[in-house]
Amino acid sequence: MVRFILRRLGFMAMTVILASIIIFWATTVLPGDLASQILGRFATQQAKDSFRKELGLDRPVVTQYGAWLGDWVQGDWGESASTNTAVRPIVFERLRNSLMLAAVAFVMYVPLGILLGLIAALRKNTWIDQTISVGSLAFIGLPEFVSGLILISIFAIELKWLPSQSAIAPDSTFIEALPYLILPAITVALTSLAYVVRMTRSSTVDVLQMDYVRTANLKGLSPSRVLFTHVLRNSLLPTITVVAIGIGWLIGGLIVTEAVYGYPGIGRLLLFAIQRRDLQLIQATALLIVLIYVVANLVADILYAVLNPRIRYQ
Amino acid sequence: MGAPDAATSPSPAATASRPTFEIEGLSIDYATELGVLHAVRGVSLSVREHESFGLVGESGSGKSTLAMGAIRYLAQNGRVTDGSVRLNGVELLGLSRKDLRALWGSSIGVVYQSPLSALNPSIVIGKQLAEVARQHLGMDKPAALARVVEMLTKVAMPDSEAVMKRYPHQLSGGMLQRCVIAMALMTDPSLLIMDEPTTALDVTTQALVLDLVADLKRDFDSAILYITHDLGVITKICDRVGVMYAGEFMEQAALHELFKRPLHPYTLDLLGCVPHFDPTPVKRSLVTIPGSIPRVDELPPGCIFAPRCTYMEAACAAARPPLSEVADAHLSACRRWQDVPTPVEHLRVATEAVRDAQTACARPEVLVDASGTQVHFKTAGGMLSGRKGRTIRAVDGVDLDVCVGQTLGVVGESGSGKTTVARAIIGLTPATGGAITLRGKPLPRSTGRRPRATLKEIQMVFQNPDASLNPTRSVGDAISRPLVLLGGLRRQAAAERAKELLTAVSLPVSYFERLPHELSGGEKQRVAIARAFAAEPGLILCDEPISSLDVSVQGSLMNLLMKLQVEKQTSYVFISHDLSAVQHLSDAIAVVYLGRVMEVGDATKVLTPPFHPYTEALLSAVPLADPDVKQKPIRLSGSVPSAMDVPPGCRFHPRCPRCLGDLCRQQEPPWREGEGDHRISCHIALDELARLQAETLVLEREETV
Repeated sequence: MVRFILRRLGFMAMTVILASIIIFWATTVLPGDLASQILGRFATQQAKDSFRKELGLDRPVVTQYGAWLGDWVQGDWGESASTNTAVRPIVFERLRNSLMLAAVAFVMYVPLGILLGLIAALRKNTWIDQTISVGSLAFIGLPEFVSGLILISIFAIELKWLPSQSAIAPDSTFIEALPYLILPAITVALTSLAYVVRMTRSSTVDVLQMDYVRTANLKGLSPSRVLFTHVLRNSLLPTITVVAIGIGWLIGGLIVTEAVYGYPGIGRLLLFAIQRRDLQLIQATALLIVLIYVVANLVADILYAVLNPRIRYQ
Repeated sequence: MGAPDAATSPSPAATASRPTFEIEGLSIDYATELGVLHAVRGVSLSVREHESFGLVGESGSGKSTLAMGAIRYLAQNGRVTDGSVRLNGVELLGLSRKDLRALWGSSIGVVYQSPLSALNPSIVIGKQLAEVARQHLGMDKPAALARVVEMLTKVAMPDSEAVMKRYPHQLSGGMLQRCVIAMALMTDPSLLIMDEPTTALDVTTQALVLDLVADLKRDFDSAILYITHDLGVITKICDRVGVMYAGEFMEQAALHELFKRPLHPYTLDLLGCVPHFDPTPVKRSLVTIPGSIPRVDELPPGCIFAPRCTYMEAACAAARPPLSEVADAHLSACRRWQDVPTPVEHLRVATEAVRDAQTACARPEVLVDASGTQVHFKTAGGMLSGRKGRTIRAVDGVDLDVCVGQTLGVVGESGSGKTTVARAIIGLTPATGGAITLRGKPLPRSTGRRPRATLKEIQMVFQNPDASLNPTRSVGDAISRPLVLLGGLRRQAAAERAKELLTAVSLPVSYFERLPHELSGGEKQRVAIARAFAAEPGLILCDEPISSLDVSVQGSLMNLLMKLQVEKQTSYVFISHDLSAVQHLSDAIAVVYLGRVMEVGDATKVLTPPFHPYTEALLSAVPLADPDVKQKPIRLSGSVPSAMDVPPGCRFHPRCPRCLGDLCRQQEPPWREGEGDHRISCHIALDELARLQAETLVLEREETV
C-alpha cells in the first residue's frame, strides 16, 4: 500500500511538472517579446533591456523556468500587474471561496445522487427507475448559464427567497456566505447529479446480479443486510471514484457558474487574469488549478485502492 | 455437530422411515416475452440423509431450475406452479419469505459452481463464513469465528487461521471451494445442494474436492442433491442418479444400475457419447444423438425424446410415457424399456470402427518438429514501481513432433504451458528459443515472417467459439476468408468451396448466410473447424475445442474431427485437460508440467505403466465415466507453481508423491527411454515405476464391442 501511494505520488509530481512546463511555455515563451508588449512598440532599446534585466528575461529559458518554479514552490508567486499587489493572497482568498462553493454543492448532489441511483437500481425497469433516470438526465444537457438563469428568475426574482448575485465580501464567514452559495451550488449540483445517479444505478444493477449476492440471500440474511453488507460495499466503488475525480472540477472548473452569479471563485479569477493579460496571476492560478485536479485524482486512486482489496493486495 | 435447529430436526425414529428431502410433482414456469415456459414439469425425487442424489443433464435440461425452484429461489419471472417440496416433513411451498430465510443457510446449504464469484470480493473469508453462524446459530462474533475455524479444519483447510484473514482473490480455486463447502455445512444442514461444485476446477483439485465431499457425506447428516453434467463425477459421489431431459426425468436408478444396465435410450446415448478408457489404437466412433434438446415451448406431443431416439416406434410419438418403476427402485420413462439393449450392444449398433490397429500403427513422416521450444515473457519492471522485471518461463524447453495424419494429445493442468506451446508453433506467440521445422524446413518464429504457403499449413481451433468468430461476419464469410486469403480463390469459387465445407462439417448449406449468434455452441465450433480446414492445412491446433460444450455435442465433434482426419490426412495437436477425450483421439500423447514435457510417446504406451508420476496422478484424478475402471487414489496437493519460480531439480518434485528426496530436489531428471519412442523424465527407473504403478488403473471390462 505504501509502495502504491509512493508510486502514485511519483506520477503526480511528473504530471505537475509537465503541466508547469506547458503553463510557463504558454505564458512566457509563446507571446513573444514581453518587453515590447508591455512597454509598447515605441519603447527605446535601453528601456526594454533594463526591463528584461529587471525581470530576468535576459537569462536562458530553462533558467527562467527553474527560477519561476522554484519561487512558486517556495510561495513567492510574484506581483500581479493589474492590481499591483502580491498574487498569493488574492489566489488564496479565491481558493477559499471556491472550496466553500464546492463543499455546499458536494453535500447537495452526492448523497442525493447515490440515494436516487440505489432506488432506481432496486426498482429496475419500473416507473420509479424511469422517472429518476429521465429526470436526472434532463439536467445533464442543460448548460449552467441556462439553468442558472432559470433558478435566478424563480428563486431570486419571483419568490425573492435568495439573492440573485453572489458577489460576497472577501472576509465573509461561511455562515454569512451561505445564502449566496445556495443557488450557484444548486446549479452545479444539477449538472453533476445525473453522473452520480447513472453510475450508482448501473453498478448496483450489476452487483445485484452477482453470484455472491445469491450466496448472501441463500445464507438467509435479511434483504437490508444483503444490501448494506454485500451490495453497497461493491457497487459504490465506481461511484466513489467518479465523485473523487469530479472534485477537481468542482473546485477549479466552475468558470461558467461563477460568471453567471458573479461569484468570486478561482475560476473567475483565472478568467479575469486572462482578460487583463496578467501573466503572474495566470501562471499562479493555472498551476494551482492543475494541482487541485492532480490531488483529486490521487485521492480517487487511493480511495479506490483502500476500498477494493483486489487492488490493495497485489 | 453444531447446534441443531429444533424446528426442522426430526427425531431419529422419523428419519429412518422417511426421506429427508422429497420433491413431488414439481412444476416450474418462467414468464418470458415468448409466453409462459414450462421449464420443469411434474418432477419427483427423494433423498435420505447420508445419501447423495445426482441430477444429471445437458444444459437446458432444467436441473438447476429444479434445485433452485425446490428451495424457492427463482428469478423474478420464475414461479412454482404445482407440486410439493418437503424438507424433514415441512412443506416449503407454502412458507413465507421470512420462514424461508430461516431455512436458507441453516437447514439448506448451497455450494456453487464458481467459488470465486460466489464469495464477496471485498469481505475477508472469516467474516463471510461467520455471518452464517451469527445469523442462524445465535453466536456472537468470537464464538462465530471459533466455529469458522472448526469448520475450516473439518474441510481439511491448511492454516485455517490465516485463511480467515484473506480475501477471496488471494486463494486458489480449490481452497475457495473448501471455504464455500465449510460455509454450507456450518449449521449442519439437512439438505446440501451442490451445483456443479468442481466444474471450474482443475482435474487434480477436482479429485481432492470430490474426496472431501465423499468424506463429508459420511460425517454429516445431510441429504445431498448433486447437480452436474459430468458423468464421470457422478460415479465418484452419488448413490442414486436421475437423468433429466428438457424439464423431465427420463430415468432414475441406483448409480451402478444406471451405468451397467440403463433402461432409457437417452441414458444409453449419453453414456455412449463419453469415450471409454481404452488404451488401444483401435478406435470406434462415439454415439451421436441426432438433433438437439427441444425448447420447452416446442415439445413433441409424445415421448419428448422420441424424435432423437434410435429405438422409436410409431406409438412413442402418440402419447407421452410416464416415469414409472420398471424394476426395483429403477424408474424409466420409456415405454420400450424392455427392448432397451445393454450398453455394449448399443455401441455395436450405434457406433462404427474408425480405425483399426493396422492403420494406426504405421509410422509416417514427421510433419512438425519442435525442439527445445522456449517461450519466456518478461514482466514489466518500471522506474517508478521500484522492482525489476522478472522472467516467466511459460514454455521452457519443449521437444515435440507431430506426424502426418496423426494426432498428438497434449495434457496438463492449467498453468502447465500447453496452450503457449501451441501458440508458439502457429507463431501467434513467437518462441524465444529453440527451433521449429515444418516438413523439415525451419519455420520463422512469428506469423509476420512466415510466407503465405506456410501460414496456410497451420491452422487453429480455439476453446471458445463465441470469442473466435467475428459476431458481425456471416458463417459464409468466416469460412471464405481463408480460402481467398490463403487459398488464392476468387470470391465466387470461395463461396462454393465454403458451402462444401459446411456440408463436410455436417451443417446445412443454408447456414452460409447466418450470423454466429444464430448458432448453438456446437454449431459455432463446427464453423470454426470448417474455417480451420478451409486452407487445407497440414496441421490443426485444437486448443480445448470441446471443453465448453455439452457431453453429446462433445461426442459428435470428436467423431467429426476423426472423420475429417481420416479423409484429409490432417495432423492434429489436441490440447485438453480431459484425459478421456485425449486418449480417444490421440496417436501420441505428451504430458506437460510447468513448461516442460514430463512424458511423451505412443498413446498406448503413455496410458499404460510405467507412467511418469505426474501422468499417474492425472490418470488417477480424472473421473472416468466408466464403472469398469478401478482407479487408485493418488492425489496432488496444491496447484502448478508460478512459472516465475520454477523449482530446482525436477520441477515436479514439490508435488510429486514419489519424490526420492535430495536427488529429485537438486538434479534435473534424465530421460528414460521406454518401448518405441516412449520417454519419461524421471529419476526413478522405468521397471521400478512399472512395478509401483501396476494398480493405478485396472480395467475390468467383461465384454467389449
